[in-house]
Amino acid sequence: MANTYTPIIELTNVTYSDHEVPILKNITGSFPEGKITTLVGPSGAGKTTLFRLCNGLISPDKGDIVIKGKSIEDYEPTTLRRKIGLALQNATMISGSVYKNLSLPRTLQGELLDEETARELLLDVGLDSDFLHRNVKDLSGGQRQKVSIARTLVNQPKVLLLDEITSSLDRVSQQDIEELIVAVNKKYGTTIIWITHNLEQALSIGQYTWVMMAGELIESGESSLLKNPTDERVKVFVRGDME
Amino acid sequence: MTYLTLSLALIFVLIPIVLSKTLNLGLEKDTLIATVRSIIQLLAVGYVLQFVFDSEQPIYIILMIALMITAATQNARKKGASIKGITWKLVVTYLFVEILTQGILLGFQITPATPQYIIPISGMMIGNSMVLSILFLNRFTAEVESHQDETELILSLGGTPKQAIHKQLINSIQASTIPTIESQKTIGLVQLPGMMSGQIIAGADPVQAVQFQLLILFLLLTAAVVTSVMMGYLSYPALFNARMQMLKMRQKD
Repeated sequence: MANTYTPIIELTNVTYSDHEVPILKNITGSFPEGKITTLVGPSGAGKTTLFRLCNGLISPDKGDIVIKGKSIEDYEPTTLRRKIGLALQNATMISGSVYKNLSLPRTLQGELLDEETARELLLDVGLDSDFLHRNVKDLSGGQRQKVSIARTLVNQPKVLLLDEITSSLDRVSQQDIEELIVAVNKKYGTTIIWITHNLEQALSIGQYTWVMMAGELIESGESSLLKNPTDERVKVFVRGDME
Repeated sequence: MTYLTLSLALIFVLIPIVLSKTLNLGLEKDTLIATVRSIIQLLAVGYVLQFVFDSEQPIYIILMIALMITAATQNARKKGASIKGITWKLVVTYLFVEILTQGILLGFQITPATPQYIIPISGMMIGNSMVLSILFLNRFTAEVESHQDETELILSLGGTPKQAIHKQLINSIQASTIPTIESQKTIGLVQLPGMMSGQIIAGADPVQAVQFQLLILFLLLTAAVVTSVMMGYLSYPALFNARMQMLKMRQKD
């Protein structure tokens, strides 16, 4: 991707292995500040691992990650993770109520989340405010996913890393979330990086796209590249042959 | 009791062996090993204790306690092999429990400062701490393993390792200390403690035996809770690195 934008996250030769199995190989690229970038590629491409690296849950074996001009290693880990919000596909909940889950980011800082703000967050993600005191074990997969997104927003992150957050949602809920994310991006200038298997979604929502395969960054640029990819592997992937 | 009478007690070893053989339980070998080991170990300890009591040298008391701590550590460390530095964490815990309990007993002159009191009580405290640390480590490693997603969630939201592991830590401390607390609730109703029974059989005044047993029970309570809490707070930092990342964290994608 030619740098015609201000990068918020820059990766240089980032390599990561798990038990000597290479997961990410020499990744060099950047994500534009304040934009929505989608991350596409087949399973096993290393997309989620890339998110964990950016959130500081793991560190690269080699290479550098720079966030807002400062090496990731120079950030205090808790500060970094509040700035770089992460919502994973499995939407893990802590046992208890929806409110307890929404309050979690604040509780971790020794603060309280007032109920009014919690209700607004629920409405933002398309859930009725009477969900607030429901037990999370009574929620459907899609409802859990929505609570997970709302919870990530509590920290008001500068960057939102979203890992297939709409894959378990029905079409209407999917649209709600897409609208919410676009609104968050517009209203707060939050940078969005979104892993999706839905290429239609990548084209309609994302301004930029990364295509990853087998731990490598194959192509990156404006989302329109998905219509006219140059790399043969990407052409095959876009046609859906690799899924 | 004569050795002849004691040998008749082997009938109680024969019963499980015969049952195991008849029902194909496969316990014969372990029962025999356990019997031989207990005879050798207890007789050896008997002679060693006699020597220590006769010599009245504090160095032998210290050596006995050091031996107990070494043996307890050796036994328990296998259960916490996945925790870095588990050996010294166990040694520190056992040593602390020993110093705390003996410090109170001797400091307040609750028991006399003689090897006849110090060594058996130390054995009970360190032995109990060993069992508690094994219970704790078993539970803690299982809790950490089964709640990795929650730990990762809290870290990803900007929580500290202590916050991320807090629930697992509390669950493990509770689970390991509950058996001690529960057994104390029914003591005297369901079973008479071995030490008290031994004293009564040896001809001691039952009320005095009960008083001494109560002292031991309260000591065991302290040993149980202190062991679990110390093991917990010494162990959890080893699961994280300086970047607050969980070590051996499962990878996805």
